[in-house]
Parts: sequence; C-alpha cells; structure tokens
Amino acid sequence: MASIGRSVRSASRLLSAARLTATSSRTYADQMSFTLAAANQVFYANQSVKQVDVPSFSGSFGILADHVPTLAVLKPGVITVYEDDGKVKKVFVSSGTVTINEDSSVQVLAEEAHPVENLDLSAAKEALSSAQNSLASAKDDKERAEAAIEVETAEAVVQAISG
Amino acid sequence: MFGQTKLLRLVQPQQQQSCGMATLKAISIRLKSVKNIQKITQSMKMVSAAKYARAERELRQARPYGEGSQQFYEKSEVAPLEDAKPEKLLIAVTSDRGLCGAVHTTVSRAIRNELNEDSENTKVICVGDKSRAILQRLYGKNIIMVANEVGRKPPTFKDASKIAQETSKHNFTTGKIVYNRFKSVVSYTTSEIPLFSVAAIEAAPKLGVYDSLDSEVIQSYIEFSLASLLYYAMKEGACSEQSSRMTAMDNASKNAGEMIDKLTLTFNRTRQAVITRELIEIISGASAL
Repeated sequence: MASIGRSVRSASRLLSAARLTATSSRTYADQMSFTLAAANQVFYANQSVKQVDVPSFSGSFGILADHVPTLAVLKPGVITVYEDDGKVKKVFVSSGTVTINEDSSVQVLAEEAHPVENLDLSAAKEALSSAQNSLASAKDDKERAEAAIEVETAEAVVQAISG
Repeated sequence: MFGQTKLLRLVQPQQQQSCGMATLKAISIRLKSVKNIQKITQSMKMVSAAKYARAERELRQARPYGEGSQQFYEKSEVAPLEDAKPEKLLIAVTSDRGLCGAVHTTVSRAIRNELNEDSENTKVICVGDKSRAILQRLYGKNIIMVANEVGRKPPTFKDASKIAQETSKHNFTTGKIVYNRFKSVVSYTTSEIPLFSVAAIEAAPKLGVYDSLDSEVIQSYIEFSLASLLYYAMKEGACSEQSSRMTAMDNASKNAGEMIDKLTLTFNRTRQAVITRELIEIISGASAL
C-alpha cells in the first residue's frame, strides 16, 4: 500500500510536468488507453482505466494517465487494475513487459496471466515445494537458474493468493 | 521387324473385341479413384474447418497482444542504423504441411525477392519445413536455422520463445518477420513485422522521452517482445493456413465432383456402346445362319 501511495505521489508530480508537453502533442487528457494481454487471454484492449499497479524488476509502481513514458520488465506477481467505475481487478502474471508511451497508452504484455481468484492455494504450495526440490537437486548452472525461476514464480503465486 | 508386325496383326482383332470392355473397366477404376479422392478432400475440408474455427478464436485473443507489442516500435520511431554493417535476418513463418493454396509460396517468394537483391548479408530462419523446401535449392547457404514440427498443433508461446531464444544468438542489424496476415476466410495478405537490434533501439529518436531506462531493461524487453511478435505472427500464419486449406479443399472437392459427373457420363455412354455392339454381333450372327 505504501508503494502505491508513493507511486501516486510521484505520478502526480510527473503529471504536472507531462501536462505541459501534452498540450503540444495529441493526447487524450486524463485518459489512459490500457491493454493487458497475455498469450492465453486478453483482459483489456485499449480500455480506459483509472490506475494500474504493476510489479517490475526495478520495483513495483503505479500507472495513472499521463505517466512518464517508460519501459519495464514484469516480475512474477499481481497486477492490480482500478477501473473507471471503481472496480478492482487483480491478475497474476508470470513474466512480461510494460510499455508506457507518450500518448498515455499503456501495454502490459504477459507470458501467462490469470485472475487471482482462479488460483488454487494447495496446488500452488505443491508447485512451490516441487520447485524447491528441483532447486536442491539441480546439477548445473542452467538447471539451477531454471529451478530458481520456478521457485520465484511459485512463491509469488502463493503470496498472491494469501495476501 | 517382320515378325513383330505379323504378331500385331494376329492380335489385333482380339484386341478390338475387348477394347470396349477394357475402357469400360479403365473408366470405372478411374471413377472409383476420383470418388475416393473426393472423399478425402471433403474430410480434409471438414478437419481444417474445425481447426480453423479454433485458430480464429485464438487469433482474436492474440491480436491485441501482437498489436500491443508493436506499439513501442511504432511510437518510438525506431529506424535501422544506416552506418552499421548491413546484416539482415529474415524469419519465414510457414508450416510443415502443404495442400493449403499459396500460403507458403507467398511467404517464400517475399523472402526470395529480398535474397535476390542481396544474398551476401542476408540470413534466413525458416519456421516450418515448407519454406525450407522452397528456398533450399537456390539459397541453401543463407538458411541458418529451420524449425520443424510446425502446424500439426496450434502454435504456443513456448514454441515462439524457443525460436526467439535461438534467434537472439545470431547478430543482425535489421530484420523482418514475414508472415501471412489473416483477413477473412477467403483472403490473407503477406505482411512483415520489422525487427531491430539493440543498438538501433538505443539510437531511436524518441527514446529520450522514455524515463529510467538501462541497457539491461532494454535487452530483456527486446528479448521478450521478439518472442511475443513471433507468437503473434505464428498465430496469424496458422489461421491463414487453415482458412486457405479449407478453401483449397473445397475447390478440390468441387473439381472432383465435376470430374465424377463427366466420367459417369462417359462410363454410361461406353457401356451403352458395348451393349449395342454385342447386340449387333448377335443379330448379324443369327442372320448369317
């Protein structure tokens, strides 16, 4: 929550800076065109939403309309979308990219994504323990790295369900 | 020589007698085989119709994904570096399976045209055996990688990321994914998705407006986006292929139907001729007595 507050603050600071440039280029004021798509499912396609919180390798951050353009790489975790009518949707993503463009369009592309309510805690815990086992029995660096990614993702799934 | 002609003369009358029967037999064999072929093409059409329905449903999911992953390249106005060594990489998105109209040929032709211009610095990655079969004869040296077993099952993200991983091992300054973009059941267009090297993206004119970028982020971003672009192109290609196969098999069934009609007519006519001749033979034999 604290991170959201911080990101909102920094976003509003950037907002005022972005406004100045927004007048010159064609933008939809205070409107964000948000796409959240995964290889298995499309959640949003160029829809307007209030705010999106994404987990990235450089830290979690929130995106509001007129966010400063940037690129980021997703980390396994939960994306929280605050829709215009106040509904909150939580989607778990395994990995992927975040693109924020100058015209306030946001693309979140994930390798795989599922709504958090579809995840099963006992299955996730099982996956975590089997991932930990394969990490312990990994022979070479490649296997170890693969198992480490598995553990990280499984941990994120468990955390997403319980938290 | 003489003996041969004599032999022929001896055989001739006998042959003439059985000639009508033989053609009748030949026609009925031909008719049967055409009927079998029609059955095969009809069932292939049914199979590809079912596969097409699935591919189209999946493509609808993949479209926003593919368009989303191209947005950054369009908006940051990336252009290939001009002073760099021209090393081109072309990825042909086809499949292993034929009998689907011209889907594979159009992709391969687009690539062949590129190779005709500059075959020295151009490398080709073939996804699917068909493009390899077409390009191998003239430009076998330019093919650096071939992906097999494409087209039996719908493409998955895992397939795309495997190809992307192998692709990223090769250096290139500019690149293209050539694929068939699905428009409707009866039409598709051969399109291209441009690929850029890390250096080209770092030199993009609008990259400055993007905040807090380091090369590691860009590197991972490009790797992932290559996989997503490939995934999208493969989905488009699979859908075009199935729809094209459906039309091709429909046409084949229609043609077989026409052929069956014609053959049946000839068959009946020949049969009638044989009966008439036999009657004449009997009557004239009887009247000679």
